[in-house]
Amino acid sequence: MRLLSLSAVELGDKIRKKEIGVEEAARAYLQQMKKQEPKVAAYLTVEEEGVLARAREVQKGIDEGRYTSPLAGVPVAVKDNICIEGVRTTCASRILENFVPTYTATAYENLERAGAVLLGKTNMDEFAMGSTTETSAFGITKNPWNPAYVPGGSSGGSCAAVAAGEACAALGSDTGGSIRQPAGYCGVTGIKPTYGTVSRFGLVAYGSSLDQIGPIGKDVRDCAALLEAIASHDPKDSTSMARQDTDFTKGLAGDMKALRIGVPEEYLGEGISPEVKAAVEKALETMRENGAAVEVFPLGMVDYVIPAYYIIAAAEASSNLERFDGVKYGYRAAEYEGLHDMYRRSRSEGFGEEVKRRIMLGSFVLSSGYYDAYYLKALRVKALIKRAFDRAFKKYDVLLAPSAPTTAPRIGESLKDPLQMYLGDIYTVAVNLAGLPGITVPCGLDEKGLPVGLQFIGDCFQEKKILQAACAYEEMRGKWRLAFEREEV
Amino acid sequence: MYVVKIDDKTMESVEILAQLRLSDNEREKAREDMQKMLDYVEKLNELDTKGVEPMSHIFPVNNVFREDIVTNGDSREAMLANAPRQKEYQYLVPKTVE
Repeated sequence: MRLLSLSAVELGDKIRKKEIGVEEAARAYLQQMKKQEPKVAAYLTVEEEGVLARAREVQKGIDEGRYTSPLAGVPVAVKDNICIEGVRTTCASRILENFVPTYTATAYENLERAGAVLLGKTNMDEFAMGSTTETSAFGITKNPWNPAYVPGGSSGGSCAAVAAGEACAALGSDTGGSIRQPAGYCGVTGIKPTYGTVSRFGLVAYGSSLDQIGPIGKDVRDCAALLEAIASHDPKDSTSMARQDTDFTKGLAGDMKALRIGVPEEYLGEGISPEVKAAVEKALETMRENGAAVEVFPLGMVDYVIPAYYIIAAAEASSNLERFDGVKYGYRAAEYEGLHDMYRRSRSEGFGEEVKRRIMLGSFVLSSGYYDAYYLKALRVKALIKRAFDRAFKKYDVLLAPSAPTTAPRIGESLKDPLQMYLGDIYTVAVNLAGLPGITVPCGLDEKGLPVGLQFIGDCFQEKKILQAACAYEEMRGKWRLAFEREEV
Repeated sequence: MYVVKIDDKTMESVEILAQLRLSDNEREKAREDMQKMLDYVEKLNELDTKGVEPMSHIFPVNNVFREDIVTNGDSREAMLANAPRQKEYQYLVPKTVE
């Protein structure tokens, strides 16, 4: 089997057995990058020499018994809103174009301790605000299945990199679907953990009550292994949890007998494309045939998740992005009159349109006179959304949903109408509002040959349930070839 | 919630709050976008939320205390290297007091 086709767990295994060298693996990925980047443009920063030096260091560590993790030597990509000391971190924004962090995000530090080899930093929607990776200030990433289409977003670069064989696995972040939606569009697997499972320290904040870092991989096992590596209680993030059950790779194999699966009827109704619906229904049928109890049920509150989400996320974003003022780091306007004018010009020139749109909406809904009517109202609705999920999980082990109503849109179609783009987040944002874990697994292709993603949603702290269910489904579905593997046939 | 019309005056105050300065073209587009979004989120008014507590976090959040001990090293130079302008190990900003 070709090196690039090995999953992260398989590659790690062969590296431990000395069948493949760490540098050999890194070189294979760097070479694939040379081949694919002109078409895909998944990366913002790659430092080839640093990659090889790190690979040699990890090889030495493995040989000396310092690196023993299943992921030691595996080449990974990291979304460019996750800080790594000494590595440029831009959030795909002009305002942070030359920012070099002086500290490392805990999630990546954990992965580094496991012996992962960093290939580079990946493109994204500016500050993770967008659903297509088109709001990046540094160019558009293309969908590896067809370069006329977007990879989704905001973790579009990380998902495209895995789909194109340009990274064995990757880290992304998910505030309203930013891992699960692009994973669906790119035909890879990605999980957003329960809020608090992975430390947010060093993740450039967008919506702090919603943000979670999570892994993107070739299959469910890879995602479980990465999540196990990055999950930790971190004194530097007071919302991170001391969980005792982060051995996510344990007991993955299993079947679906007696598994109670609920499918919100609203998710298969208005707005879903016939091809996505057909692919999801086929997957449901497969699970039924294999012993799962699949039931369609009314979840409720579905029409209110997008308005509540965009109010809350914009409010938090407006507050979090106040820090970019051209003083301590980032872009400063060339001309200004006095301090306040410097703030305003630096921000206006440094931020892109979508980011400004959300900062302004957030500032408005938090402003005196509107705070109760918009922001507090949205927080009350969030409580009701959480209740709807609580009710559902009394009856079901796992909920199933598409990762998006359609397959990937064409480049250039989405940004014309922001509200229309926001509506595409309908199946993913509720999971963030309720703090739940969700994983996307590819379940088929549409007529254009673009992948359809299937999302498994669990109750808080039930990652193992959704990982097991997704793993069982993977087996029923059969081997899934990634975009780059199909190209080569 | 009630139907809010975003006029130029509201946009002006939003720009001040958001610390932005838009061109006239940008402002008109931003006004339209915000109006459209606010009309849309009006939908939340269909829900009776009387007696429902606002939920800011899913899990209870408590203050976390620790001893006030410095654990990070000196990264003054690396941090200053990110500053757009600096002078004698300090951030340089326009004059703020006349």
